[in-house]
Amino acid sequence: MTMEQESTPSDVPGGDCTPTRMAAPPPPDPQFVLRGTQSAVHALHFCGGAQGQGHPLLLSGSLSGLVHIWSLQTRRAVATLDGHEGQCVTWLQTLPQGHQLLSQGRDLKLCLWDLAEGRNAVVDSVRLESIGFCRGSVLARGHQHWTLAVPGRGSDEANSSPRPLLLAGYEDGSVALWDVSERKVCSRIACHTEPVMALDFDSQKARGVSGSAEKALAVWSLDEQQALQALRTQELTNPGIADVKIRPDRKILATAGWDHRIRVFHWWTMKPLAVLAFHSATVHCVAFATDGLLAAGSRDQRISVWSLYPRT
Amino acid sequence: MDPALSAVRLSVREAVHTLSSEDGGRIFSTLGSLKRYLGQTENPALPGEQEEFARVHFSAFLRCLVSKLSPDWLELLPDGQLEELWASFFLEGPADQAFLVLMESIEGTAGPSFRLMKMAQLLARFLSAGRMAAVLEGQCWQHTESASPLLQEMLLIRVVGLPDRLGNRLQRESLAVFLPQNYFPLLGEEIVRVLQAVVDSLRGGLDCSVSFVSQVLGKACVHGRQKEILGVLVPRLTALTQGSCLWQRVCWRLVERVPDRAMEAVLTGLVEAAPGPEVLSRLLGNLVMNSRKAQFVLTQKLLFLQYRCTTPMLQSLLGYLATDSQRRPLLVQALKELLETWGSSSAVRHTPLPQQRYVSKAVLICLVHLGDAELHDSRDELLASLMAGVKCRLDSSLPPVRRLGMVVAEVASTRIHPEGPPLRFQYEEDELSREMLALATSRPAADGSLETGPSVPPVAADTPDKEPEESDIPQPRPDGSDSELDSDDEFVPYDMSGDQELKSSKAPMYVRDCVEALTTSENWERWEAALRALEGLVFRSPAATREVSVELAKVLLHLEEKTSVAGFEGLRQRALVAVTVTDPARVAKYLTSQFYALNYSLRQRMDILDVLTLAAQELSRPGRLGRAPQRGSPGPASQPSSAVAPTWRAVVEERIRSKTRRFSKGSAGRGPAAGPNEFNSVAGYFFFPLIQHFDRPLVTFDLLGDDQLVLGRLAHTLGALMYLAVNTTVAVPMGKALLEFVWALRFHGDAYVRRGLLSAVSSVLLSVPAERLLADLPDELLEARAWLADVAEKDPDEDCRLLAVKALLLLEKLKDKLLPLSFP
Repeated sequence: MTMEQESTPSDVPGGDCTPTRMAAPPPPDPQFVLRGTQSAVHALHFCGGAQGQGHPLLLSGSLSGLVHIWSLQTRRAVATLDGHEGQCVTWLQTLPQGHQLLSQGRDLKLCLWDLAEGRNAVVDSVRLESIGFCRGSVLARGHQHWTLAVPGRGSDEANSSPRPLLLAGYEDGSVALWDVSERKVCSRIACHTEPVMALDFDSQKARGVSGSAEKALAVWSLDEQQALQALRTQELTNPGIADVKIRPDRKILATAGWDHRIRVFHWWTMKPLAVLAFHSATVHCVAFATDGLLAAGSRDQRISVWSLYPRT
Repeated sequence: MDPALSAVRLSVREAVHTLSSEDGGRIFSTLGSLKRYLGQTENPALPGEQEEFARVHFSAFLRCLVSKLSPDWLELLPDGQLEELWASFFLEGPADQAFLVLMESIEGTAGPSFRLMKMAQLLARFLSAGRMAAVLEGQCWQHTESASPLLQEMLLIRVVGLPDRLGNRLQRESLAVFLPQNYFPLLGEEIVRVLQAVVDSLRGGLDCSVSFVSQVLGKACVHGRQKEILGVLVPRLTALTQGSCLWQRVCWRLVERVPDRAMEAVLTGLVEAAPGPEVLSRLLGNLVMNSRKAQFVLTQKLLFLQYRCTTPMLQSLLGYLATDSQRRPLLVQALKELLETWGSSSAVRHTPLPQQRYVSKAVLICLVHLGDAELHDSRDELLASLMAGVKCRLDSSLPPVRRLGMVVAEVASTRIHPEGPPLRFQYEEDELSREMLALATSRPAADGSLETGPSVPPVAADTPDKEPEESDIPQPRPDGSDSELDSDDEFVPYDMSGDQELKSSKAPMYVRDCVEALTTSENWERWEAALRALEGLVFRSPAATREVSVELAKVLLHLEEKTSVAGFEGLRQRALVAVTVTDPARVAKYLTSQFYALNYSLRQRMDILDVLTLAAQELSRPGRLGRAPQRGSPGPASQPSSAVAPTWRAVVEERIRSKTRRFSKGSAGRGPAAGPNEFNSVAGYFFFPLIQHFDRPLVTFDLLGDDQLVLGRLAHTLGALMYLAVNTTVAVPMGKALLEFVWALRFHGDAYVRRGLLSAVSSVLLSVPAERLLADLPDELLEARAWLADVAEKDPDEDCRLLAVKALLLLEKLKDKLLPLSFP
């Protein structure tokens, strides 16, 4: 069973890549570029804004500790939040209603912001212990009830099923599945030889992908017994993946590379689709909007927004 | 007198007399009675009478018959009975006499006439009835009774020359059977029949000779009809000689008796027609040992004096020498001589390349056939020739010659000196080298090659046919249930060729930093980054570059590839060109002075030449100033931005245009902006220092001696500089100097140098204005013209001849351009 699963996906991209009868189109250009954060961009988050201001927003967290809120309509920053005392913002997440924002900073604080009706005040904050790269994660469990995972000593996020499960990536290169209610590790696999920098999980297909400081992406799956199984690895040209995200429609995934490039893969086959070499410095984060728009933030202080393989 | 013989004479005379009469019935009966003497009626005459009739009266009687031939005469009896009877004398009587009379009467007829056509048709019947075999056969028995050489000679000339003679006489009326392409195959068939008869009579213990047949065969081959006649003869003989000693002996005898002057034609045709060495050996036997002429043709003429044999022919020929132990010494001898030729430096220089290939192939085929012991016996001699040849080939400035040397050296050295360390060269594989290596590895597969040869290609051709079919079948998806796979097509990958490894080191930002990094840095990544950044930096900051230009040029010229950097040569060259373009006068002065300096490698000197040419090309390019210096790809990271720029620029321009109202529209398309040739002011710095010192040898550098490769490059470079100096004021003195240079070197032995000189002449003709050429350099032009005509005719190198012809054409054009000026 395992053997089959491992061999079959690797056959597909090989078969698809060889007969390139048409010349491949040149790499696309970004749809637009947001400038003005004045420092490296470390976190990005799309905020649907369906019920809010009526048009989507993009939130970016910068090295200087500011959170910028960009309107994707005017392509201007509509607001700036300053709550991390000049320390880098590493994670941004709005809660499902869209009025509340969680931000994690290098000042070892996790802030909860109230953005409703133009307010921008810190409502609450949690003190963190970790000074590593790890970001938090949130699981919404109904109205006004969320579970928040914050790193203790190093890990990363994502989850499913009636019982809350948490996936965590560790600096030793392993990915572990935690049963949160029983507080124990269900399964743990070593995917990488370097620290896991980012992971994302597709709960519908029970498949996840993780990127690390090494030259490969790892794809793994979760079976019914809640055991993690490594499926395959995808080699990259240059080492270092800062962030990895699967598009909400689970068709493609994007990675943010230390090699200044954004890479786009087909999620099911892991066939490389595009290498976007726009940024001139390390790309720190990528984010997908629900409508498929891709944003990437880089140390070159720019946020590039791309429209690739538009959803039909 | 014998009463019987006088009776024959009487009846013939009577018949001749009767023929003149008008009485058809009488003529018919007289002729019928005369047919008795031909012996094929139910009441034949006595053998003595028959012989007498055939020997003395037959020809005369036939001539008489011919003279009577006319429409009226034939209609004396109805239904063409008379004509039938008349013809039967020719078809049934002694064939040689009938043939001779037929030919004689056809040739004797003046113009197209009834008689001519009748005779031609009769001759066609004669041929189709197989009487030609009878003509030939008759000569096979006659040696016993001292056949008259005169008659044989006449027959020979007419048998072989029949198509020509008939063609001359009949012009366009000639019948199909008389056309050479039909007649000679027929002759071939007849020869086989004659040989069959000879074999039969030999079996019956009768003696006979094939020398007349040999003569016919030889003469036909001399007339250039090998393909037609041997194309029929060889396959038949191949089959017949298989397993029959008698047939083989007849066949050997046939070739052996071919006169010496026809031997070459016959042998070449046989070698060409024989499908392999085995067959050739069966057909020729030990001819090469018995006949000096054959030996000369097979071991000398075909190998050394010509190079028209195809590779299969060579294989047949050398395989033939190898099949018999008696002949093998000849093969060893041939190999020795071949290698000697191969190794002679004069041959390398003066023989055309196809011949060198031919000799090389022959060497390789010989090596395949010879055993280790045979090679061992004459190893020293072979090795000496081989090494001499390798040396002068590697010295050559023509890449194909060098490659030939390498291939043969590798293969031959492993065979001649197997225990020694193997020679290995690095050369690019091409069609020829693969063919040569295949020759060297193919074992002398006897007749097996016949069967496998043609059958291999179909097999090879089948496989590619099958493959697309297989790939067309939709491969079963590993997980067909997943519907998302079906939408895979919409995810067309973008071009990912720019996805390269990222270099961690930061590129220097200033030219001076680059110079410093290149000279002192021990940090190789920084060194490489500096090299990569240099061209772009030089173009971006010309002022800063000018401050250090000569120093930078020096550094780059002496730069060595210390680490394996991809594209090092190109990077260095582009950087040097950029520096030269930025500060042409000083850098060119430096580079040209270094070209003749001590202590440079040939590589560096040729680099100097290349850089000067490229820089001159860049300087003389029209509209150069308008273009941004983005030529040398500045690195993968910034490529997208340059790709972005045009689109937004186009958008902006479009926007401006839509907002701008114009009152009059000028011509929309701007032509290429005219500008001064920047090369004008500096061409002298590039050109004259290079051309001045070529005849002064240094200790390490002797252009007129061993370093002819550089001389060739120099000639090419000077030609290119001359060409690029078109429309400049300095072109005239440059042209004058260059023509003098060409004149001094025009008889250089190296083909590459000569090519350079010829292209230099062409560029002089193109660049110097026609009026100035005529006014200032008329003598030089005349001399050059004579030389060009000579080269175009006699040069052994094909490219040289071509270039000379081109230069001559340019001269002609020049003349055409000037003539209307002088006669308005």
